Amino acid sequence: MPHSITFLRRLRRWDKPSTIAPPARGLTQRNKTSPQTVVLPVSILRKIVLLPLLCLLAGCEMVVTHPSGDIAAQQRDLIVISTILMLMIIVPVMALTALFAWRYRQTNTSATYDPDWHHSTRLEVVIWSAPLVIIIALGAITWISTHLLDPFRPLSRISESKPVAAEVKPLDVQVVALDWKWLFFYPEQGVATVNELAAPVDRPITFHITASSVMNSFFIPALAGQIYAMPGMETKLHAVINKPGEYDGFSANYSGAGFSRMNFKFRALDGKGFDEWIAKAKASGSTLDQKTYIALERPSEQEPVRYYASVENGLYNKVLNMCALPGQMCMSEMMHIDAMGGGGENSEANRERLRYDGHRLRQGVEEPGATFPVSGRPPNTNVQPQGMKPDALTPDVNKQQTQPDEGQGHRMPGMDHQGPAPGQMHDQ
Amino acid sequence: MFSNLDLQQLIFGRLSLEAIPYHEPILVATFIAVAIGGAALVGGLTYYRLWGYLWKEWFTSVDHKKIGVMYIILAIVMLLRGFADAIMMRAQQAIAFGDANGYLPPHHFDQVFTAHGVIMIFFMAMPFVTGLMNYVVPLQIGARDVAFPFLNNFSFWMTVSGAALVMASLFVGEFARTGWLAYPPLSGAAYSPGVGVDYYIWALQIAGVGTLLSGVNLIATIVKMRAPGMTMMKMPVFTWTALCTNVLIVAAFPVLTAVLALLSLDRYIGTNFFTNDFGGSPMMYINLIWIWGHPEVYILILPAFGIFSEVTSTFCGKRLFGYASMVYATVVITILSYLVWLHHFFTMGSGASVNSFFGITTMIISIPTGAKIFNWLFTMYRGRIRFELPMMWTLAFMLTFVIGGMTGVLLAVPPADFVLHNSLFLIAHFHNVIIGGVVFGVFAGVNFWFPKAFGFRLDTYWGKWSFWLWVIGFYLAFMPLYVLGLMGVTRRLNHFDDPSLQIWFVIAAIGAVLILFGILAFIVQIGVSILRREQLRDVTGDPWDGRTLEWATSSPPPEYNFAFTPRIHDLDAWWDMKKRGYVRPLEGYKAIHMPKNTGAGVILAGLATVCGFAMIWYVWWLAALSFAALIVVAIGHTFNYARDFYIPAERVAEVEGERSRMLNAGA
Amino acid sequence: MSATPAAAAAKADPTTFYVQDEHHPENGTLLGFWIYLMSDCLIFAVLFACYGVLGRNYAAGPTGADLFDLSIVAVNTTMLLFSSITYGFAMLAMEKNRKGQTLFWLAVTGLFGLAFVCIELWEFSHLIHEGATPQRSAFLSSFFALVGTHGLHVSFGIIWLVTLMAQVGRRGLIPENRRRLLCLSMFWHFLDVVWIGVFTFVYLMGVLR
Repeated sequence: MPHSITFLRRLRRWDKPSTIAPPARGLTQRNKTSPQTVVLPVSILRKIVLLPLLCLLAGCEMVVTHPSGDIAAQQRDLIVISTILMLMIIVPVMALTALFAWRYRQTNTSATYDPDWHHSTRLEVVIWSAPLVIIIALGAITWISTHLLDPFRPLSRISESKPVAAEVKPLDVQVVALDWKWLFFYPEQGVATVNELAAPVDRPITFHITASSVMNSFFIPALAGQIYAMPGMETKLHAVINKPGEYDGFSANYSGAGFSRMNFKFRALDGKGFDEWIAKAKASGSTLDQKTYIALERPSEQEPVRYYASVENGLYNKVLNMCALPGQMCMSEMMHIDAMGGGGENSEANRERLRYDGHRLRQGVEEPGATFPVSGRPPNTNVQPQGMKPDALTPDVNKQQTQPDEGQGHRMPGMDHQGPAPGQMHDQ
Repeated sequence: MFSNLDLQQLIFGRLSLEAIPYHEPILVATFIAVAIGGAALVGGLTYYRLWGYLWKEWFTSVDHKKIGVMYIILAIVMLLRGFADAIMMRAQQAIAFGDANGYLPPHHFDQVFTAHGVIMIFFMAMPFVTGLMNYVVPLQIGARDVAFPFLNNFSFWMTVSGAALVMASLFVGEFARTGWLAYPPLSGAAYSPGVGVDYYIWALQIAGVGTLLSGVNLIATIVKMRAPGMTMMKMPVFTWTALCTNVLIVAAFPVLTAVLALLSLDRYIGTNFFTNDFGGSPMMYINLIWIWGHPEVYILILPAFGIFSEVTSTFCGKRLFGYASMVYATVVITILSYLVWLHHFFTMGSGASVNSFFGITTMIISIPTGAKIFNWLFTMYRGRIRFELPMMWTLAFMLTFVIGGMTGVLLAVPPADFVLHNSLFLIAHFHNVIIGGVVFGVFAGVNFWFPKAFGFRLDTYWGKWSFWLWVIGFYLAFMPLYVLGLMGVTRRLNHFDDPSLQIWFVIAAIGAVLILFGILAFIVQIGVSILRREQLRDVTGDPWDGRTLEWATSSPPPEYNFAFTPRIHDLDAWWDMKKRGYVRPLEGYKAIHMPKNTGAGVILAGLATVCGFAMIWYVWWLAALSFAALIVVAIGHTFNYARDFYIPAERVAEVEGERSRMLNAGA
Repeated sequence: MSATPAAAAAKADPTTFYVQDEHHPENGTLLGFWIYLMSDCLIFAVLFACYGVLGRNYAAGPTGADLFDLSIVAVNTTMLLFSSITYGFAMLAMEKNRKGQTLFWLAVTGLFGLAFVCIELWEFSHLIHEGATPQRSAFLSSFFALVGTHGLHVSFGIIWLVTLMAQVGRRGLIPENRRRLLCLSMFWHFLDVVWIGVFTFVYLMGVLR
């Protein structure tokens, strides 16, 4: 019995309920009522076989099926409805397959054998129309739900029973996916954080999402579905969290070496808790200005949570428009010039101001793990490249290296120690 | 740019001794194993003086049957490589929890999952289905060879060339660390400056040429070379699916070629198609690659559907139920597969109307697919089902594929996709359809047509081991991933914080081990069958009581396939002939017109490999030289007009006489 | 559908189930080449699509109206259109089995093609000289890719044409060579059609917009 409980605890859901939350839907209580789970097999093999079954019986709480935000809950409902709709056709097909395979086996000579029977208009109509009917139903559900749950669409309800009150203004959060951490701006409160997000319960949140270098995907499974975070572009997500707690958020789209640890915590707090959290951020005293941002933007892994009491005006917009570096032309300005008919023939100056990709390489900062690193660090060695996780051997790995490691005698075209990557040769 | 050119760069580009990963124990061990195995193989071939035989009878052969067999051998070799990657990932994910980092650092793990995807799709599944189509289609339509026999040989060697580049990346340099579709900006020069993405680009470009040409070839073959009497609606279902597949190839692969060419322009000369800078659009790449990518999955699955159709009707001893609706379903799938690509990135921020349009078109594909499942089901109805290996694989497919189909439709609902996209649920889904559909399909096909190709059946005992290990292994490996997906776990992670997930990854790893044993059992099955070939021998040419034309000729078929071109009266041509008392003609043989072997394909593909390798490593002089040589050899080849010969009637009589003797001895 | 009774008849007539003479299926080369051309057409479709999407992303740089000189492009277009006509003459001569005449018109076609490629290269070098390089903006990247791919096709067409002239010269208008001339004919006219698209979509609309 104790064994069974510890075992079931290991099936705990991905998001950990906070102390404020009501006890997670009685794992142990159900355990007692369900005889199958009480007598747990000891052998690993049977454990393996029974695990999915146990999961169903004991209500193994999976974040997608037991979310804490209204949008995610509606998405869960949609998954359940669609699955049931499809099972209406899948289950009979599987049963018939097994039945026919058994009944018309070669050894069963009592079954009818009709080698020339190969057509039946009536059956043909059924086999085309049965899936058709299901798909019409599913298609209708899809059309409606896709529009209702469009991440760009402002919320109209907080939960099934609660519409959004007219006077409630959504909480604005601007999200930037950096290499490999998350930066959150709170324009209303004037603070910013790294790798920690907080929001009051039951207040609609509007996320404005972008990225600094490559594509990521902003995903908090307990809250709502994901949406890509892309450099130079902004996506939006409207969502609301209904239960206080601490949830996992992360990037769902592979973005390079540090991707696996690009996680953050999403803290859903009550109104007071949120104010305290903001106050804590304000108390940190530091400012996120352009210079701090440029340092922050360099690739790094497992960044600790950081708070900024104030944010330089318009910094998010500069990040979004890829002009956070000094002297850069903003995308918005470029697009304006383009819309007005381009910059004309003598526009070389604009070109210099628009070079963004590879700026880190030009500054001698590189992605970790490169086989042919730009900085001249020897490839395939144990030397930790910049931006990698610090360890006992290289505690300073996240500090900027002004001098790259001494060369190992190999060179690449266009690559002196301060030079660009081979791929950037054209920039010279 | 020219300031620091030195002689070494001029000669070797960016290739240096540092490119050899002698710091990676895993790779060193692999290299030693490959080197020893390769040396043993080369030594063995030399000792038994087989090089001349291989060159004359196989490498330079334009016989569609031999090329088909070579494609399948390539596919099996690449299956081993791709699977090695798979089991490395499963092992890493089963141990890398909390403080444990596992044994693969990110830069290695990321190469492994990229290589796994690329190899399994391009160099395992594609050669497997292409090989089966190559072998079977001309026989099924009563042709002597494909429409362009030389092109067929060239296509095969180009595929080998691409595979060789991927393999080279293991020991020289690195492979891409971008995921199998190499999304920019990550795959651009700024964020992936190494050779990995270049290996990816050139391997796919070179293999893509081969795939495209083999698509052109098979379409022309099916359209122009059918035996008299075989109208389109009397073509065997496998031939139909092959036709649709090759139409898809021809209409999809140019898009891949173009988009990879643009990516290489971005990387090599610094254009701005898919960069963040200067107005480039990474989203353009994602759209284009999926305009190729979605038809690609149907390129793989349609031939498998064809195999299942042939197998079901053969082993149920019954005509296929609903042939016409089967054909229409295939054609509808072919067309619809071009209207669904956006479902791979609902989360990229398209509007709700666009998303729901593509979601609904995706669901519509399940209607013809469902109709196909029902057709197989009703073929079994009132049949006499023999549970031989091909039929076992087919049943496993029917029970497994519907699950994958269901989760696929689920993923096509955009709001559901928002929570399931990029998750392990998605991984479970596509392995569910690719293993449950394509892999089970090619195993059914190999077990079904092996006796045709070699004249003896595959051993059933080891075949059953392979079957059960694969099927159970598949469920153990991928059902946990569905659960993990619902727990909000996403793909391509090399480390996890939450220890409660570990049990699921351990189960998945156990499943992968079972699949490993399934693959080994398959190889043992082939080995044992070769040893026991006399007991397994089939002299009739028709071991399964077949229905289509390939069973009308001997096993293995003579190089000319049919001494007399058959005349077709019925969909199940051979069944019809047997039923109506067909008597094999024993005299009146004519000389048969056949294409000649040529070494041009091997040489051209070899030059393409050199050219690709030189481009990857910036060895410009070698790239220019090999490209020029490629053009010169290609032009030189066109000056050869003596490309065919006649098999004299006496020789045909001799071969057919031999068959008569065997038939009489067997009877 | 399946006729069960005819068994006896089938036995009587052996030709029911096979062709007694050697069966020669139709040659598939022209069909195969046409399918290849359609796949090539898709490559151009992708490049056109890229130009359509990226063609106004000037990156605060020069636009088509700033760069293109329609008169040169008009001359260029004329070259290519003439080459198509002369290729037509070559095919007419081939139909009449006049080897010398065929070779003459092929040579004229090749010269027109060469003129086209040279003018295009001159135009490119002029653009690059002015700083309008393919790296300057997504618009110029897609412009160079589209027009350059077309130019590359014409260049390969010329190499092919020279090869074919040598082959016709050596072996005359034998069936194989006729078939090859027909394939090249399709290729050449196809490039013409693509160029009309390029001319309209890229140059005319770029300048007149």
